[in-house]
Amino acid sequence: MTAIDRTRRRVLAGLGALALLRPAAATPEAMAAAIKAFTGGAVPRTGKVALDVSLLVDNGNTVPITIRVDSPMTAGDHVAAIAVFNERNPETGVAVFTLGPRAGKAEVSTRIRMATSQKLVAVARMSDGSFWQHSAEVVVTLAACIEGEP
Amino acid sequence: MARALIHMPPTARRGEAFEIRALIGHPMETGYRVGPDGKVLERDIIRRFTCRYNGEVVFAAELHQAIAANPYIAFYTLATDSGTLAFTWEGDHGFAQTETMPITVAG
Repeated sequence: MTAIDRTRRRVLAGLGALALLRPAAATPEAMAAAIKAFTGGAVPRTGKVALDVSLLVDNGNTVPITIRVDSPMTAGDHVAAIAVFNERNPETGVAVFTLGPRAGKAEVSTRIRMATSQKLVAVARMSDGSFWQHSAEVVVTLAACIEGEP
Repeated sequence: MARALIHMPPTARRGEAFEIRALIGHPMETGYRVGPDGKVLERDIIRRFTCRYNGEVVFAAELHQAIAANPYIAFYTLATDSGTLAFTWEGDHGFAQTETMPITVAG
């Protein structure tokens, strides 16, 4: 084995170690599985839910999102929970909000992190047990997580 | 004690839904970042946020690493009676903080 061969091996081994350091990103399949776990196997229908997020985000460290659900919010017909999922952060779960008829209005806002350009999905569970969703494709120019201090 | 900011109206009409905006100072360290010494920084996040209206839970949230630092949550609740709203944040390493706000309901 020549000296060049040995150097090449060391470089390749180093690259392999670097690849291992990056946290594993979630995948679209992982997100589908997480949504399935939330709905108990039911496939959410599209509609009723509106996920409001900027489609082009400058800074992935803090991305404002608002979820609105079309519901009268009465004791007999209200939103029970809203869950938000992402496709390519290290973990698929973002947040799960628990609401009830005491909310009066089914609208929740928060600020989230996005590691890269990806799809966000908001799923609402109604008091009658049905599930509704809305998704948004978001382009992120400065990613969270890899650029150090927020 | 972390600094918490809660914005909500001091008074409301009975049956009216009013907005509450709650923010708390917290790094929400994900457990995926590497510190200056090359070691992975330990996860330190707020896991749960609860809002109680006169003792009854009216809103709750389960938070993950994907929530930005200094978690901000805005939501609505119906004005039922005058009293107190209590906001509780709970998280890793035994983090627990409760703030209260008074509400006067007219009508």
